[in-house]
Amino acid sequence: MTRNPSTVNVDQPESSLADRSHLLPIFNGLAVTLRHFLRNLFGQRDVATIQYPEVKRQYSERLRGRHILTTKDDGSLRCVACYMCETVCPADCIHIVAEEDPNATVEWEKKPLVFEIDLLRCVFCGYCVDACPKQALIMSREHEMAFTTRAEAVVGIEQLRQKGPIEEQDLGYRPYY
Amino acid sequence: MTVSSANTELPLRDLLPGGADLKIEEASDGHAVITVDRTRLLGVLEALRDRPELKCNLLADVCGVDYPDREDRFEVVYHLASLEHLHRFRVKVPVAEGDAVVPSAYGVYKAADWFEREAYDMFGIRFEGHPNLKRILTHDAFQGHPLRKDYDPGQRWFLTDAETMVPEWATATSEDDDQFETQVLNLGPSHPATHGTLRTVVRLDGEVITRAECEIGYLHRCFEKMSETHGWQQVIPYTDRLNYCSSMMNGVGYALAAEHMLGVEAPPRAQVVRVILSELSRVMDHCVCLGANLVDLGALTNFWYFFQPREEIYGLLEACAGGRLTVSYARIGGLAHDVPADFVERVRFLLGYIPKFIDDVDKLVTRNRIFRDRTEGVGVISGEEALAWGWTGPCLRASGVPYDVRRAWPYMGYQDYDFEVPVATTGDTYARYLVRMEEMRQSLRIVEQALERLPDGPVITDNHHVALPPKSKVYSEMESLIWHFKLIYEGIKIPAGDGYFFTEGANGELGYYLVSDGGGKPYRIKVRPPCFAVFQTYPHMLVGHMVADSIAIMGSLNIIAGELDR
Repeated sequence: MTRNPSTVNVDQPESSLADRSHLLPIFNGLAVTLRHFLRNLFGQRDVATIQYPEVKRQYSERLRGRHILTTKDDGSLRCVACYMCETVCPADCIHIVAEEDPNATVEWEKKPLVFEIDLLRCVFCGYCVDACPKQALIMSREHEMAFTTRAEAVVGIEQLRQKGPIEEQDLGYRPYY
Repeated sequence: MTVSSANTELPLRDLLPGGADLKIEEASDGHAVITVDRTRLLGVLEALRDRPELKCNLLADVCGVDYPDREDRFEVVYHLASLEHLHRFRVKVPVAEGDAVVPSAYGVYKAADWFEREAYDMFGIRFEGHPNLKRILTHDAFQGHPLRKDYDPGQRWFLTDAETMVPEWATATSEDDDQFETQVLNLGPSHPATHGTLRTVVRLDGEVITRAECEIGYLHRCFEKMSETHGWQQVIPYTDRLNYCSSMMNGVGYALAAEHMLGVEAPPRAQVVRVILSELSRVMDHCVCLGANLVDLGALTNFWYFFQPREEIYGLLEACAGGRLTVSYARIGGLAHDVPADFVERVRFLLGYIPKFIDDVDKLVTRNRIFRDRTEGVGVISGEEALAWGWTGPCLRASGVPYDVRRAWPYMGYQDYDFEVPVATTGDTYARYLVRMEEMRQSLRIVEQALERLPDGPVITDNHHVALPPKSKVYSEMESLIWHFKLIYEGIKIPAGDGYFFTEGANGELGYYLVSDGGGKPYRIKVRPPCFAVFQTYPHMLVGHMVADSIAIMGSLNIIAGELDR
């Protein structure tokens, strides 16, 4: 283990006469920008900008976007209102009220009466997805969310519920390990 | 991070004044903890600084801790380091609530300036002899001291009077030698060149700054108080918002700190992935810093060239973690999940892609006379001066002090990587540019080596007191489900005690001082933000410079408001 740092000195020498003349560095600089310009015009385009919103960036399947409450085959929520996501949320943006599930096969099984996420408070860290023991809460790749009022940003079960078969959702962050 | 064990071997009692009856113990992090009465504090600090065997030239942090149950309610903690002998000390001064006064350490270490103001702001501890003891992170109209334990975390204050801070010297009219009245000017808070919301009040004589004072705290959200109301693991998303240009490194630093307190270690694969993504984050941070600094000086093209690789790195981070800016990827005990299948390929692509842009900027700027004329000799600070102010990181290295935590106190296996620490001697804005340029190249060298040795295996510890069990087991096994429940509801239990752990962030030494009472929530988390120490010097550096230079200097210091204001 080395404790004496091996260092490299990056001091620059005094400007040479050619550098001081302004001209040489400026021509060198122009050569760099011209090379970029010509390459992007005629050759291989390497441009980081995209024509948003006509063109959209393709994100990975881990993108943490808007939440989805997944459903069982019969369309009922998988959520059992265990409050784990509410407990673990660093932003305190999840609010759950539980009720007894009348259709449950097991006694005392719960389901959420209210399940609200305040999307303006949410920091999209994905902790709720990690905490869910039932895979009832996952995230989609939907990340363009705009609201006209604060109240609109508090979304409930109906807005969060999975719409259509799971394969057709634009799935984002899910439990990975 | 193996901190010097030489601490306890030192004859501390002989070296410190009145050492015979000092309380000296070794903390779990290997730092010697000296508890001292406030009347003898300055003597002890001076001895720590001046005795050749001790030579603590860096005061890393000053912070308060509140213990309402103790007789002496508050504790002021000083974190000291010797970059020569590589040892660390922690000096604690207990004070009672009714008489919470401590002599200011500003006369011994200038670095204490803003850190003491912060402790005053957060705890109401007064520092006698401090040149400018007033609130720093909260507004003057704020009532109470937010980090006291009896301060309700939900308490909000609405600012009704839009009173702005006006320093006393700014209201007095003054004339210069030629009988011209000097002018007071506000730089910021909302100005593109301040890179965040920072306000500097300057007095101008013509175009030359004769006096300056900074006002910060516009982005303060008391991250430290929020941490106290949540579990240890839940702090990681908060840390993302400290230095948001390189959020990965904050999370890694915090996770390492908590892991040290717990005595667990992340698996080798997680360590190497952390190194790769941290170093890429460092490149990204320097890209932003240099790109923005150059824009401020009128060189716009470089900004585009730097932001192109940055965009690609963000793409990689998003593919790994699911977020671009606030990654929340590190976890105490490892990483949230494994990297994607094409990770190695993508990093290899980046290793070939990024240097082209660094070279282009190099060609455009480094030898350009306009740039050199604008930056050479601007914002010069000597190595000793910089250290006295508590500088670390690239800014300190530009003044000739080769202090890099990755070399001095290696962590995550940095001792096994072959890289060099770039150092410049002139200490001006140009030197800070040169150091950052070289650091990006060195970081890529580290990434290349890390990629070679990326092992297979798990990315998070299987200690289920710390990390959640794998989801497949939670869905199917009773025991794993119980672990899962306990961890979520009770949180990680870190043994009672305190520890200061530090990593090399993009701006310098990023330290976390953690205090645990053994419960599932942090008792106190203090972040040592590297740019806080750097920025307190800024008003002093401005004197004698022109207004346009102040922008060049600020850009080169890399002030990130998220980290500065927390």
